[in-house]
Amino acid sequence: MPLVKDGQPVENTWVTLGDGDAVPADGAIIVTLARWTADKDALSTRTAPVGVEVPGTTPAADLAADLGRLGVIAIRFPIFRDGRGFSLARDLRERHGYGGEIRAVGHTLPDQYQFLIRCGFSTVEPPDGKDPALWAAAYRSITVAYQASIGEETPLGLLRRRFVGS
Amino acid sequence: MTHHATQPTAPANAPAHAGIYRYDAVDRQFVAERVAQFRDQVQRRLSGVLSEEEFRPLRLMNGLYLQLHAYMLRIAIPYGTLTGQQLRALAGIGRRYDKGYGHFTTRQNLQFNWIRLEDTPDILEALGAVDMHAIQTSGNCIRNVTTDQFAGVAADAVADPRVYAEILRQWSTLHPEFTFLPRKFKIAIIAGDHDRAVIRAHDVGVKVKTNEAGAIGFEVYVGGGLGRSPFLGQKTRDWVDEQDLIAYLEAVLRVYNRLGRRDNIYKARIKILLHQTGLAKFTEMVEEEFASLRGPRYHLDPAIVAEIRRHFAPPPYDDLAETAVDAVPGTAFARWLETNVAAHRQPGYAAVTVSLKPAGGIPGDATSDQMEVVADLADRFSFGEVRVTHAQNLVLPHVRRADLAEVFAALDAAGLGAANVGTIADIIACPGLDYCSLANARSIPLAQELSRRFADPERQKAIGDVSIKMSGCINACGHHHVASIGVLGVDKHGKEAYQLTLGGDPTLNAAIGDLLGPAMAEEEVADAVEKVVDLYLARREPGERFNDTLARLGRAAFKETVYAAG
Repeated sequence: MPLVKDGQPVENTWVTLGDGDAVPADGAIIVTLARWTADKDALSTRTAPVGVEVPGTTPAADLAADLGRLGVIAIRFPIFRDGRGFSLARDLRERHGYGGEIRAVGHTLPDQYQFLIRCGFSTVEPPDGKDPALWAAAYRSITVAYQASIGEETPLGLLRRRFVGS
Repeated sequence: MTHHATQPTAPANAPAHAGIYRYDAVDRQFVAERVAQFRDQVQRRLSGVLSEEEFRPLRLMNGLYLQLHAYMLRIAIPYGTLTGQQLRALAGIGRRYDKGYGHFTTRQNLQFNWIRLEDTPDILEALGAVDMHAIQTSGNCIRNVTTDQFAGVAADAVADPRVYAEILRQWSTLHPEFTFLPRKFKIAIIAGDHDRAVIRAHDVGVKVKTNEAGAIGFEVYVGGGLGRSPFLGQKTRDWVDEQDLIAYLEAVLRVYNRLGRRDNIYKARIKILLHQTGLAKFTEMVEEEFASLRGPRYHLDPAIVAEIRRHFAPPPYDDLAETAVDAVPGTAFARWLETNVAAHRQPGYAAVTVSLKPAGGIPGDATSDQMEVVADLADRFSFGEVRVTHAQNLVLPHVRRADLAEVFAALDAAGLGAANVGTIADIIACPGLDYCSLANARSIPLAQELSRRFADPERQKAIGDVSIKMSGCINACGHHHVASIGVLGVDKHGKEAYQLTLGGDPTLNAAIGDLLGPAMAEEEVADAVEKVVDLYLARREPGERFNDTLARLGRAAFKETVYAAG
């Protein structure tokens, strides 16, 4: 599936591995947290980047020690209503200073796209069969924000600000 | 015709002194964008691009529910304050898109019950023209923040709670992290010892207070909520600095968003999390989160508080002497002065509560004509300002005592002269099974029957401070748990039936009423309530309040009276 980044479709260059899949010699891979925890040293010796996919229930602290080694953290939404992934992303960015890619995978709605960005997600993998153009349309549908968020480093001003660049 | 978000240029002409937050171009752009977005979503739904399942969360985020007979649109009235002009716009919407009336709710909002889906974008546009919307009146997000209907009027408050309610309104508007919570989240705020907002029945209750140095801070209660498992909010912090208000609430919300139950809709509110975690452990988690959030990023700048406070500056009162109002004893006007007129901190002024509880009427309903009457009175006599109370009445907050007779005459002529505020006839009721798809039983016909039974003003006066609140189902929108006499609609073997609860209290000493006994049929309820009241009248000590008589005699005495054969 292609990804959406900054409102535009981009190619997904990462391969997501199941726990039974063999690790390819090269190419960027995403593994489960269990596999990462078991094999992190071996996986880190590869020259290509590695990332993990985690459920939104994962405490950010469980990932904190390895953030420097992870090229992407993919947070899975089982259903769009399950908002735990928003807190995890914001925690990774704000409290743990993670600077790599945070990706939303699973069931999200285009109408959530701005919320995802403002909580620190950099990319979204639209659910199967959903047109990425819907995310492009939602990217700047609302240009006013009423609270501080990731990527807008000004402190809480009048709580209200325009998005940068809109 | 295409619709796109434009920069609205026409200001909404809010009266200069009404105590609302005045929108500027940025706020208006936000609402216009939101309307355009919803118009597009409705188009996608009507053309079949969006399934009902996909559309549902989007419409709920705009206050649109699918009810038994039609769509219901719930309009946000932030902290229950609006201008005469806004009320007039609501009246117009009710006339054009509904059946000529609206329903004021226990959350200080307004509901229209007969809405067509294809009209909703135009309705939201009409609302936007007067700086109103329906955002966050539904969905698992932070809902409209409610407060004391006498904010800025009551002498017992240390600050105007609307200042902080508005700050919370802005902070919670389309919050990126807290829009998909386990369940809805309601915040209420007061600024005095007299709780007129039932803060301990909310997910978060905030009490504004001052310390010895005169600085403002907040006492915070978490985990209140009625519904299936009623709980009263518990104090998690005795003092939060003004500058930390947002950081502290973010900490509470984050703990809840992470750990609140998502496997069972009936156990998803923060009250259950707090109950299952325990207050000490829950507070510890919040404190840990708060410690990491505190700091420059979430610091609430005093300059901002001052800027928001400017919007709620007191109106330019006349310099009046405190005046007595002449009324012939025993007249309707004299009774109304006693029941519906409250003291004002400004000499020569009073706060008038407009009862939406006529005998035999539907609690909280107002016709479009009546809304216009109240709007006109607000413009003429109350600096253009109106309030909605959680007890489903309206308030004209700043009326000169010298104008009370004229205001009463105008209200009375419009069928709004009921002199029963705070009496047993001031019944709170949800819409019930006549409208609501959640309800087990109807509320409205019983509320009408009870209001007829207790219509005699002399009897109301004799009974005193006894409240009846009614919910058509366990969701408890009618606050029956905190009523002296609560009525709850249940389903008994496929039939509508009702349970009574006694001894609830909505104030800071909050108490949840106890179930009196088995459910009864609709035609038995009014008699049962009368028996409870009659026993209280017969057995109370001089000046003794209902809950104290109940405690002294015991519930069994009341149960015996109600369920006695015969």
